[in-house]
Formats: sequence, structure tokens, C-alpha cells
Amino acid sequence: MDNINGKFIDIHGVEMVFHTKKGAFHALREINLTVAKGEFVTLIGHSGCGKSTLLNLIAGLLKPSDGVLLCANREIGGPAPERAVVFQNHSLLPWLTCYENIYLGVERVFGASENRTQLRDRTRAALALVGLSAAETKRPNEISGGMKQRVGIARALAMEPKVLLMDEPFGALDALTRAHLQDELLKIVAKTESTVVMVTHDVDEAVLLSDRIVMMTNGPAATIGEVLEVQLARPRDRVALAQDAQYGLYRTAVLEFLYRKQAHPARQAA
Amino acid sequence: MGDNAKPVSRSSQAAQANPANHAGHANEEEVTPMVAVLAVRSQRKKVPGSALFLRVAPPLLGLALLVLVWQIIALKTSSFPTPWVTLKEAAVMFSDPFYRNSPNDQGIGWNVLASLQRVGMGFGLAALVGIPLGFAIGRVEFLSRMFGPIISLLRPVSPLAWLPIGLLVFKSANPAAIWSIFICSIWPMIINTAVGVQRVPQDYMNVARVLNLSEWKVLTKILFPSVLPYMLTGVRLSIGTAWLVIVAAEMLTGGVGIGFWVWDEWNNLNVPHIIIAIVVIGVVGLVLEQLLVALAKAFTYEQVNN
Repeated sequence: MDNINGKFIDIHGVEMVFHTKKGAFHALREINLTVAKGEFVTLIGHSGCGKSTLLNLIAGLLKPSDGVLLCANREIGGPAPERAVVFQNHSLLPWLTCYENIYLGVERVFGASENRTQLRDRTRAALALVGLSAAETKRPNEISGGMKQRVGIARALAMEPKVLLMDEPFGALDALTRAHLQDELLKIVAKTESTVVMVTHDVDEAVLLSDRIVMMTNGPAATIGEVLEVQLARPRDRVALAQDAQYGLYRTAVLEFLYRKQAHPARQAA
Repeated sequence: MGDNAKPVSRSSQAAQANPANHAGHANEEEVTPMVAVLAVRSQRKKVPGSALFLRVAPPLLGLALLVLVWQIIALKTSSFPTPWVTLKEAAVMFSDPFYRNSPNDQGIGWNVLASLQRVGMGFGLAALVGIPLGFAIGRVEFLSRMFGPIISLLRPVSPLAWLPIGLLVFKSANPAAIWSIFICSIWPMIINTAVGVQRVPQDYMNVARVLNLSEWKVLTKILFPSVLPYMLTGVRLSIGTAWLVIVAAEMLTGGVGIGFWVWDEWNNLNVPHIIIAIVVIGVVGLVLEQLLVALAKAFTYEQVNN
């Protein structure tokens, strides 16, 4: 049992080669990573290091060229609601209301076992969880970017996934909205005890949210460079942590990796 | 498949441009609001009265110029009626558009309705066949390669060239005219629907895959709403062509209809009626177009972008 919990997601010897018109592109090599149940892991690295590719592999949107990905001891064969994805650009369907966008997923996962009232309650609960009950009947183009992203998170959470996969979910938002959503996410994850894998390029975001930070080397043929355990007590408070020495050390470690050991590929070329 | 696939209305153009923006023209997107702001400012500076003037005056001036040129031509040529004579004729004609003296002598209202009915039939059948076919071609690569060359070959053919085939097969003028409308309406609908299906944003398809939606849900909740603006562009192009073709087809087939009516009045050498018919054909075409533009606007949604 402990084995399953400790290796809830088990990535073993994964290689990813894209066959493009210009020839083969070796994106990822020798990826070995395990994620425990209830753990919050962020993937960080420079653009083009394949962190989104790795996330898409876990989501099942891509198939690895070599190696194995397991989730709860079962091979990941394709996308499934048990591994819900929060997309960077929210990807809400613009012709559906916020409610309908969430209901679509809820209906698919629980439609066979529950009645309409239960499905409706689940959808409403998800909206309430992200504080958007009032926006139920609004279409995505009628709400702000931050609200859209919250609906995206609600859609993912409403399916009660085993794993929540987030691809730079706050990348397109302004700093204040981002901070606000990070705090909300921390609360939601604490409440739902979700396992989260999140792609980010924001060092503060990574340190604030993560149990472990997976730092990736520059592509092509990127791999995992270092893994940093973040042992800060939860619940975490961003204002208090700003003064915290330990927080500063973690932050420095990630910056060290990104800007000393793995200087930006553009600068390497220049 | 190029030209026809381009939605003309502003809203659907925006919808089409978005996938491109999404691909990484982030800078362009940042610039756009600035331009919009400047545009709003320059509008505000103007007096409301002058904006109204700029909207109303040029079209009126254009119309006046047309009437003037017409008047000059009419004065130089004895066989050509003046605008005033034509207007008086029109007043008489529109005072009773729905009279019926004999099958060959009916009011202009009946003639227009007869033509619209033919267009509706041919066009409806084309939509029934063309839209599902477009979906299939857009979704299945094999079908796209299978039908692509046939469509490319048949699309440039004048619809009237199909009329003899229609007469041969149906042995009657009316179905042959409908057949011509069918064949000219079907191509834009197939092509636009297929292009629309191919351009469904990958993000939406990824959502469908992650949510593990059934093929039916993918069709109704993602593909259909996403393709709808493209489809309606196809419909609009089709109905424009159909209205062009029906006039010509009816001249050849005879019977009741605005096209035949024009030909009939030519045989009677009633030139004012021909001019009135031209205006009526233009107005009906314009109304059809505007109806479909309004319809397309109502069903065009802001596509995903960040």
C-alpha cells in the first residue's frame, strides 16, 4: 500500500522524440520521476526544455517514444478524467456557460452512477469552491482572465481526479491575480488533498506551492537536472515567507540552477 | 480550397484570425487594444452630427450620381427609359404585385416567390448533402484525399453547364433548374464546413480527450459550435451564387420566375420592367445576404486565446 502511495505516478526511463518535417527532434531523455499521493510537484525550466511535453505525457495526450509512465500502478495509455488537466489558456468552450463547461466533465465522469440533481450539486459545488457561484450563467467572454482560469480549475476538480495536472495555469495573468489564485489553489489543494503536477517558469510560484521542485535542463534532449525538497510548513503565507531565511535559500537554489548551471539557451547561443 | 473558405463578415474573420494569434503573435495582440483606443478617441473628437453626415451623405451621393448617368444615357438614346418613367412604371407594378391573369401573366411578387422557392429547394438539398459531407471530409483524412480532386475539378464549372444534364435526367424544366441550384450551392458548403472542421482549435480537442467525451458529445458540444461560423460562411456564399444562377437558369427553362420574367419583358421590349426587375433581384439578393450575416454573427463566439 505504501508503495502505491509513494509512487503514485511512476515515470521510468521515458524518452520523447518528435518526428517533424525537419527531422527527428529529441525532446526528453531518461526521465525518471515518482510523485507520491497528495504531493505537490512543480516542473520548472527555461522555455523549450520540454516541461509541458512531460506534463502532456503524464496526461496521456502524448505517447512516449520509449519508457513507461504509471499512474496508480496502471500504465497511462491515453487521456482520462482521472488525470484532469488545467490548460494554460483555460480552454473553456466559448459557447457554453461556466456551469455548462463544468457540467460537461461532471456528466461524463459521474453521469452513469448519479442522477441529475447530484450532478447539478457537484457542478455547483465546484463553482462555489473557486468562489464563482455568481458567474454560473456567464459565458467565458463575459468574465475576466483570472475568473476563466478559476473555472478551468473548477472543471478539473469537479471530476475528482486522482491527479491534477496544471500547465502554467497562471502564466497569462497579472501578478496580483496570480498571487490571489495561488493562495486559493493552496487552500483548495489542502482541502481536497489532491496530487498536483504543475508546470511553471515562476521561481516564487514554485517555492511557494511545491513539496518538491523538479528542475529541468535545457533542451534539446532535456532531462531532470535537480530535484529540490521544499520543507516549509503548511499552510504557507506569502507575506511571512518573504522574510523567511529558509524560503530565501530554496529560492536561491532554484535561481542558481536556472541562471548559473543552466544559463538561458538564448544567451548560450550568443 | 482557398478563396471560398474566407469568412467575409468581421466577426468570423476575427474568429479565424485567432488561431494564428494563438500560435504566437503575442505582440500583435498587445498592439490591438492600443489601436482600438486610438480609434475610439478619434471618434469621440468628432461632432455626432458630422459622423451621421459621413454615414448618410456618400451613399446618397453615389445613388444620385447613378441616377444622373442613367438620365444622361436615357436622353441620348430613345429606347432607354428615363428614371422618372421607370419610377412611374414601378409605382403601377408594386401597387398590385400579386395578380394572376394567366400562368404567363402574373405579378412580380409571384415571380420572385417562385424563384425563391426554387432556390430554397435546391439550396436546402445542397445543405442536406453538403454539410454532412463537409464534416466527413474535414474529419477523415482519407475522404479528404478521395474527394479533394473531384471537388477541385467540378467546382469551377458554370452551374448552367449542368442544366442539360438536369433536363436529360429529370425530363422537366423545374427540377432541372433546382438541380442547377443544387450543384452550384453544394461546393462552398462542403469546402467551408471541411475547413472549419480542420481548424477546430487543438485545445478544444484536447479538452474533449481529457474529459473523454463520447463521439456524439464531441460532435454536438465541440465540433458543431466551433464549425458553425465557417459553415454559415459557406451557406452565405452558396445562397449568393444560387441567387445569381437562378435568374440565368430560368431564362433558359422558362415558366414562372424572376429570370423568365426578365426574358419575357425583353421579348415585349418593356425596358422599364427589366430595370425594375434588376433592382428587385439586387434587393432580394442583398436581403438574403444580410439575413445570413446576422445569423452568422449570432452564432460566432470568441475563440480561445490568451
